[in-house]
Parts: sequence; structure tokens; C-alpha cells
Amino acid sequence: MSDVSPTGPMLAADGTPLKKKLAQALFLSRVRAFGLVAPLLLFILASFIVPIMTLLWQGVHNNTYEKYMPQSTAVLAEWDAVSAPTEEMYAALVADLVTARETRDIGKVATRVNREKSGTRSLFTSSARSAAKMETPFREALIDKDEDWADIEVWQAMKIASLSLTPAFYAAAVDYTYNADGSFEPAEENRQIYVFLFLKTFAVSLAVTVCCFLLGYPVAYLLSTLPMRTSNLLMILVLLPFWTSLLVRTTAWIAMLQSQGVLNDIFVTIGLTSDDQRFSLIYNMTGTIIAMTHILLPFMILPLYSVMRGISPSYVRAAKSLGATNWTAFWRVYFPATIPGIGAGALLVFILSIGYYITPALVGGQDGQLISNFIADHMQKTLNWSLAAALGGLLLASVLILYWIYDKIVGIDNMKLG
Amino acid sequence: MALPIYASTGERIWYYTFRVICACIFIFLITPILIIIPLSFNVQPYFTFTEGMLKLDPEAYSLRWYADIFRNGMAAPDAVEGWWADMWQNAQWVRAMKNSFFIGFFATLLATGFGTLAAIGLSRSEMPYKGLIMSILISPMIVPLVITAAGMFYFYSQVGLSQTKMGIILAHAALGTPFVIITVTATLVGFDKSLVRASASLGANPVRTFWKVQMPLILPGVISGGLFAFITSFDEVVAVLFLASPEDRTIPRQMWSGIREQISPTILAVATILVIISIGLLTMVELLRRRSERLRGLTPG
Repeated sequence: MSDVSPTGPMLAADGTPLKKKLAQALFLSRVRAFGLVAPLLLFILASFIVPIMTLLWQGVHNNTYEKYMPQSTAVLAEWDAVSAPTEEMYAALVADLVTARETRDIGKVATRVNREKSGTRSLFTSSARSAAKMETPFREALIDKDEDWADIEVWQAMKIASLSLTPAFYAAAVDYTYNADGSFEPAEENRQIYVFLFLKTFAVSLAVTVCCFLLGYPVAYLLSTLPMRTSNLLMILVLLPFWTSLLVRTTAWIAMLQSQGVLNDIFVTIGLTSDDQRFSLIYNMTGTIIAMTHILLPFMILPLYSVMRGISPSYVRAAKSLGATNWTAFWRVYFPATIPGIGAGALLVFILSIGYYITPALVGGQDGQLISNFIADHMQKTLNWSLAAALGGLLLASVLILYWIYDKIVGIDNMKLG
Repeated sequence: MALPIYASTGERIWYYTFRVICACIFIFLITPILIIIPLSFNVQPYFTFTEGMLKLDPEAYSLRWYADIFRNGMAAPDAVEGWWADMWQNAQWVRAMKNSFFIGFFATLLATGFGTLAAIGLSRSEMPYKGLIMSILISPMIVPLVITAAGMFYFYSQVGLSQTKMGIILAHAALGTPFVIITVTATLVGFDKSLVRASASLGANPVRTFWKVQMPLILPGVISGGLFAFITSFDEVVAVLFLASPEDRTIPRQMWSGIREQISPTILAVATILVIISIGLLTMVELLRRRSERLRGLTPG
């Protein structure tokens, strides 16, 4: 459509240029479409995205010390973390200890500093009790109360705690410690657990994905080649576990795998093992992998099945008529055509399994615990929310990268259920 | 994939081996679910088959764990008078069931309402930033539940929603919406847009068109999306672990503490009931899918 005709721009019935009118109409319909999505978008933002963001913010920002110990925070900020603490710093500390004790927040402060240097908890709580009666010089008064106050490491720990915006928790989540002078160093050897835990989580997820692939591929192939009626019947066997409660399936695996359970009873009956040497199949890594494979297998079978249904059988026949052996026809013709399905299924299974919590918690025992279990523990038991947030941030980042890959190669609008 | 007459011996062997392998995988998939059904009738408090059960001795079977579902937590389980009221008020599993259905119902309502509207918007071609918005709306399904639950616990306790049913309902609604969006969008893919134009040309306004033309056609998708949202809420335990007060425990939460603390075959009895509920829901979704495909003129598969 040309913009300008010999008689000027083309006009709509009410005299406005047609182009403008069209733009208006398109804009309106875009607004209308967005209006339909907006309620859910706001709902998801408010109930889901914002909570996660607030939690993640905790991973880099913990103002417990700054909030309850404002005066010593101010003087610690000016301190170089090397020279001996001055009388002014001791005075500010005593003043803060008195107020924190009055507002009953001293416990939170003590816990916060204790995370940077363990063993300092009681130092704070007991000194705060007698702080109100202390007189100048405060340095002597505090050291008189507990000589640990002369220890510069305590003050360094306080300086780290006084910095609200801190990389300390992310450093801790990758087994590094953050020092008062701003440097990082590897944590003590016996406290390096998280990197290993992340690697273990990835290894377990990979193992589960591979198991799901090995078990899912033949089943999906069988289902896609059987007549519709039979395959629909067999599909029920895949969909029923998919629809059954996760806890029911986990319970079922406990009944199956425990040492007095069904499988061990069968092994004893057929003589595979003796009664006093039953296999330990549960409350360890084996149990976690078996149960997770069972739970996630439908997520592998369903995308594979829908891809395999779309592959015409004439491709393989053509390959064979051209002289390919069965294996060549499968490996060179059929298998490459199923790769989109494998990608979709494997990514979905992997994404779901790196965040798995319930099954490892119930059947994992000691060595089957994954990163999610530690996040939950820090949230609920040790109450170290900032560390939980940092670990969660790393886990979330890896999931989101995989999600992005999934979106690129599969497309989230191609996700299918059942 | 029937075996052709000219198949060689090797092919025959492979054909049957392959079937046996597949049969084993199907057994792996279904046995754990089926095995709990007979075990839940065990008279002994074990998770294993007793000798009596294997001999099919009627003495070895009982309904005591099913009775226990109702009796556990009751003030006076053997009283005759007021038994029903006592059971309804005090039995732990009954309370968990009431909570599960209450939370599930409202979470489904929220998820289905918002989700259907959003899916209709998303399937319009003029929708701006479709990819980005879609990936945000699907993300509750992808983000590890522990992170979701921890975030909600942290944020909801600041705004006074933790330890309330409302908090759990909001959490479950957020977790259920991706399923509604996926199923409804899938139904809308085959939707014939000229029906909307036809309706408009006959004088119907957009609202009337929506209710009289579009809604009846996408209804199967909406209902199965709703069922997915319901089962998500009905099955969800991590958010409940973080957000629920002891009064608001749901069935999965009750099972969780049952498995962790006092493992008794009552859990198997509850599990059996849940399996039956899943079979019911699965059947409904399957029937709806076929109906939807028929409505859209596809051959039901």
C-alpha cells in the first residue's frame, strides 16, 4: 500500500489516515491480548517471582549485624582489620551490646558472628549480660570479662558480619571463606562439602537421566510401533505412575526395597542371597536412583513417544531396501530422527532431578542427600537463610541455564502432558 | 510391527527378546504401585508379605489399617455415641483429607481461572513478548520446589501469609498454572478462528462469543488443565512442609510424617485409596482428551 496517493494519504471513513487507523487497531488488539495475560502474570510475579527474588537477595545481603549493632558497624567500617582495636571501638561495642540486650536481639547478632567464627556465640551473650554495668575504659572492662575480646580474629569476624552486602555466603556455598581484608581463601578441608555436593547432585541427575533413557527408549519404541488400540492400553501403564502421588510411589519403593521388603524376600527365596545377608537397597544412593528413575521415567517416555509416532516407517524400509542391515537402518536412519525426543526428554528429566527433594529425603539415608536437602536443612534447622539462599541461587542458575537450552532446542510451547 | 514371514532366526530371537525387555520395564513401572494394594490388607504391622498372605489364608488379611485411617487421632474411637462427629472433628487423616480438598479446590479455581485467560491471550498472534512471558509463566514447573517453597516461606512470613491456608492456596495455584496453560494452549492450537468471526458477524459481542462459541470448544482442555492443577496441589508436599501449620496438614504432609516417624501400614491403606483416586482422574483426563479431539474434528488416538 503506498503511503501517498495522488490525492494525499488514504483516509478511513472518519477522515484519519488509514495507516494510523490500522496502527491504532493493531495496538488495541495487542493491549487486549496482553490484558488477558496480565492477571496471571501479576499473580505469578507476586506469589512466585517476588518471593524467590527476596530470598535470593538474602544470599548477598544480610543486615542482622548492621540493624542491631549500628554504632559498632560505623566504627568497624573505618577500621583497617589489621591494627589493634581502639578504645573507641570497644565503647561503641558496649553501647550496642546494651541496646541489643534490651531489645532481646543479641541472640541474632551472636548467631550471625558465630557463623563467621565459631565459638563466639557465648562471648556475645554473656558479655551483653554484664555490659550495662561496664564503665570506662571499656577495653579493659570487656577483656576483663572475657579475654577473647583481645583476639583480633573476633573483631575481624565482626567486621565481616557488619558488612550487610557481602559475597561471604556465595563464597561459603563454593567452599571458600571470605576474609576481613576482602580476600578469599579455600575453606578448611573438612568443611569443604558444597562443591562435592553439587557435583554429586549433577552425577545423580545424570545417572537418573541415563537410566530413564535406557528404560524409556525401548518402551517408547514399542508403543509407537504397536497398533493404536494396544498401545493406548499399554500407555495406561505409563500414565498411571505419572498420575500417582509422589509419596505413594516413594512409599511403594520403601515396601519393595527395604531389607525385610518384597525384593529381598524374593532374593532370599530364590537363593540369590542368604537371610542374614540381605541387600541394602534403600536409605542409600541405590535407593535414591531407583526411586527417582521410576518417578521420572514417564517424563522421558512421553516426549520420545510423540516424536517416534511422527517418524514414518517407510524411512527404515527404504534404508533396508537399499541394503542396510537392521542395525545400520536403526542407527543411521531411525535413531537420528528420534534425537529431538531424546533431547526433550533428557533435559526435562535432568532439570527435574537436580532439584529433587522429597525422594532423597525419604529414601536417601545419609549418602543419598542432594543439594536440595541441604537447602531445606539450612532453611528449617540451622536457620542459616543466607547460606540457603546462596546455595539456592547457584542451583537456580544451573536450572535456568538448562531451561533456556530446553526452550531453544525444544520450545516450551511444545511441552506436552499425557 | 508384526514379524514378517521371511524374518531370519536372529530377527526372531531379537523380536522376542525385545518384547521381554519391554515387559520387564512395564513390570518395573507398575509393580510398586500394585504391590501396595495387597500389602495394605496385611494383618501384621509389616510392609512385607507374611506366610499366611502367600497361602491366601483369610486370617492373614484384615481391614484394620483402613479402620485406623478413621480411628487415628479420635478422642474415643470405641465410643458408640458421637462416633461420627468425633471422627469428622478429630481423626488426623480425615482432617488431612478435608484440608487437601479445601486447598486443592481453591488452588484449582485460581489456577484454572487465571490460566485459561492467559492461555487465550497467549495463543493470539498479536500477543507481544510471547516467548518471554510464556517462559515466565511456565517457570513454576521448572524451578526446584525447594527454592520455590523456601522463597515463599521467607516472603510469606513477612507479609503474614505463612502458617495460613491462604498461603498454601496461593503457592499451589502458582505451581498449578503451568499445567493449565500447557493443556489449554494445546487445545487452542486446533481452534478454528473463523468461528469467532462468524459469531461476530452474526451480531454477538466478544463476551457472548467467548461463552457461547469458544468456551464450549476448549472446555475439555480447561477441565483437564484443572484436573492437572488439582492433582498438583493434591500431591504437593514441599510447599506444605514449609508453609503449613500443624492444623493445615494435607494428606501428603501426613504421609510424609508417617514415613519419617512411625511407619505403619496405615500409609499403605491411604496410598491404596490415592491410587484409586488417580485411576479415576486418569480416566477422566483420557475421556476428555478424546472428546476434545472429536470436537476439533481430529481422529481420537
